[in-house]
Amino acid sequence: MVKFFLVFFLSFSFFENVFSREMSIQKLEERKKADVERQKKRESRGLKEFSKKIEFTTTIVFLSKEREIPSVLSNLDPILSDEGFYGIELAIEDNLTTGRFVGHDYNSKMIQVSLKEDLLTEFNELINSGFRYFVADLNEKELLEISNLSLKKNKNIIIMNVRSKANSLREKNCKSNLFHIPPSRAMLADALTQYLVKKKWNKWFLVTGNEENDKLFSDALKYSAKKFNIKIKEERKWDYEADLRRTAQKEIPLFTKGIKYDVLVVSDEKGIFGEYLPYRTWNPNIVVGTQGLTPKSWHRTHEQWGAVQMQNRFRRTSGRWMTETDYASWVAVRSLGEAITRLGNNNVEDVKKYLVSGKFGLGAYKGVKVSFRSWNHQLRQPILISAPRSMVTVSPQEGYIHPFSELDTIGVDKPESTCKF
Amino acid sequence: MNFLLKINIILIALCFSVFSKVSHANKAFITNEKDNTVSVLDVKKMKVIDTVKVGQRPRGIIISNDGKLVLICASDDDRVEVRDVETMKLKYILPSGPDPELMVLSPDDSVLYIANEDDAMVTVVDMADKMIIDDIPVGVEPEGMGLTNNGKVLVNTSETTNMAHFISTDNLEIFENVLVDQRPRVAMFTPDDSEVWVSAEIGGTVKVINPEDRKVSHTISFEIPGVNEESIQPVGVRHTKDGKFTFVALGPANRVAVIDQKTKEIIKYLLVGQRVWQMHLTPDEKTLISTNGVSNDVSFIDVEKLKVTKSVKVGRFPWGVAITPN
Repeated sequence: MVKFFLVFFLSFSFFENVFSREMSIQKLEERKKADVERQKKRESRGLKEFSKKIEFTTTIVFLSKEREIPSVLSNLDPILSDEGFYGIELAIEDNLTTGRFVGHDYNSKMIQVSLKEDLLTEFNELINSGFRYFVADLNEKELLEISNLSLKKNKNIIIMNVRSKANSLREKNCKSNLFHIPPSRAMLADALTQYLVKKKWNKWFLVTGNEENDKLFSDALKYSAKKFNIKIKEERKWDYEADLRRTAQKEIPLFTKGIKYDVLVVSDEKGIFGEYLPYRTWNPNIVVGTQGLTPKSWHRTHEQWGAVQMQNRFRRTSGRWMTETDYASWVAVRSLGEAITRLGNNNVEDVKKYLVSGKFGLGAYKGVKVSFRSWNHQLRQPILISAPRSMVTVSPQEGYIHPFSELDTIGVDKPESTCKF
Repeated sequence: MNFLLKINIILIALCFSVFSKVSHANKAFITNEKDNTVSVLDVKKMKVIDTVKVGQRPRGIIISNDGKLVLICASDDDRVEVRDVETMKLKYILPSGPDPELMVLSPDDSVLYIANEDDAMVTVVDMADKMIIDDIPVGVEPEGMGLTNNGKVLVNTSETTNMAHFISTDNLEIFENVLVDQRPRVAMFTPDDSEVWVSAEIGGTVKVINPEDRKVSHTISFEIPGVNEESIQPVGVRHTKDGKFTFVALGPANRVAVIDQKTKEIIKYLLVGQRVWQMHLTPDEKTLISTNGVSNDVSFIDVEKLKVTKSVKVGRFPWGVAITPN
């Protein structure tokens, strides 16, 4: 009897399922037709139309320079020649979604100065033609040059640095028309150090590469170490010239032998040898710094706080992962857009003031709003501490408190800043 | 045999009707974003009575106005699951467009409006036909969905575009866009439809908009001693029907703000679990339940005493909450 019940019951629920899921061919056809019509309607209505009359148009110039392709250090990652481009494109589109509703138009002009051309001449021409907003994928020296030129010509412009991490650009060489989206080396070092302190990995073995930038990051790490009471047990320069793909197994164990330390901290920004340190040290120590566990402004493992939407949108547009420079370019253009939206005009002087005012804040997929430090125009932001395939933590770490913003516990705070505009 | 069968059917039907009456005591359903489950709570006993496996990344959850269906946005499956309130059995699946996050049902349960976070549109679904009627292009990363009592005006907020889009449900067209603060998350009409409150997670504010002229009448900001300004991130908004209180969940500030619905003054901050996002009131409005995403629990708040009475462990990353209406 019970069995019978069961069978009856099952068959009943089965029928119910079939009825609710399956449709007649006629109905299916109807649906298809409706879908096509909907698609048509959507396209004709379109997202691309302005719902208000265009009041003004803001053009943002993306300025970059052609580089000589460096010799390949690792054959894993492709060398990108379009970094920043898609970040700009996406942000212009994002600005426009608000802009179309309020009547503000945005567009971008992509300028890549070729190896043969002179950056300053090109830049001069651009400012003479009336362009005022620049997002610059340039190095420290080039940024200084263009910023000085526009200051000399008394042109009111805004340059958004999306590449250089140089501390000096934020400090003794800071410029009133220059804003910095990437975290400075000081910020990256502090962010990493806060986490190492939390883990009580207080004894460091610091290895520095041969490049000038390696030394600069090493200096930043040493400064952080002092600030957070870390002991640097050993400090060495890496000056091996050999191709490490063949000899790493022999050289690295010897290089790290006989020293007692918690973590091997490496400063090798170009990635000439750093990737070969993990798993080859004499003792089983982990590697942090520019390789291993790294402080970053953006990373493909980042998915919290809506970042997964950003990663998806970027990959759909570009067909590749978003890099730090892409992210910085997106933030740069969105920051300008946000200021212009709130102000209701695109006057450069007003935008500049608004960006450093307490009112400015931007959602940038980092959990808290990002904003600019008024004393050196550096973007105040959380830093991701990530391993190659996993997001480990986000700094500032819990417990580092600050009277104004916890984000100001990383990098150069107002009282210590030497920047004077 | 035939006769016996009939009796049995009647018996089963009887059993069901009896059971359904008994189990009608208020249940709360909590979506656990990282577990792909829904926790079912007995509101009175403040206990988890069941945990049900659902689609991937469940977020927005609502109960139909007739109290019979639970609708769950399975964001990573690009669909809305419709389950039976009593048994939590899957009845059918609704098409939703990509990445559904929050949704709202028309007062007569005939039309469902869904915000598609990954695709900058609001999808409109016919509940009888179980098919998409239309999609309305809105700003980037749409999320908050508010609907008037008569179902005529829909307000959607878009997180990256920072706008509240006013949509007429008659022709499914946007008739006004209101600029709000950074990352708007929730839009909620007051019980008398005279105001719509929009929370801005990154902006740290709640804007009160008059639906008549679509002008912002109030901007509410929050200040909590000892809590950093950046971690005050308003998300969920709930109004009491008597017009007395409005509750605003403040995210990583780990607090729910109690606001005087009339004067917009902040009465109190209630300490709840970590990263509080969504909330729901019981039908008698004596209890408010909040989901605390990081501490993996929900808080029970006594609305009369304005006190947190209990926290109950649920799954990982509790996101949405819905309570049966009867």
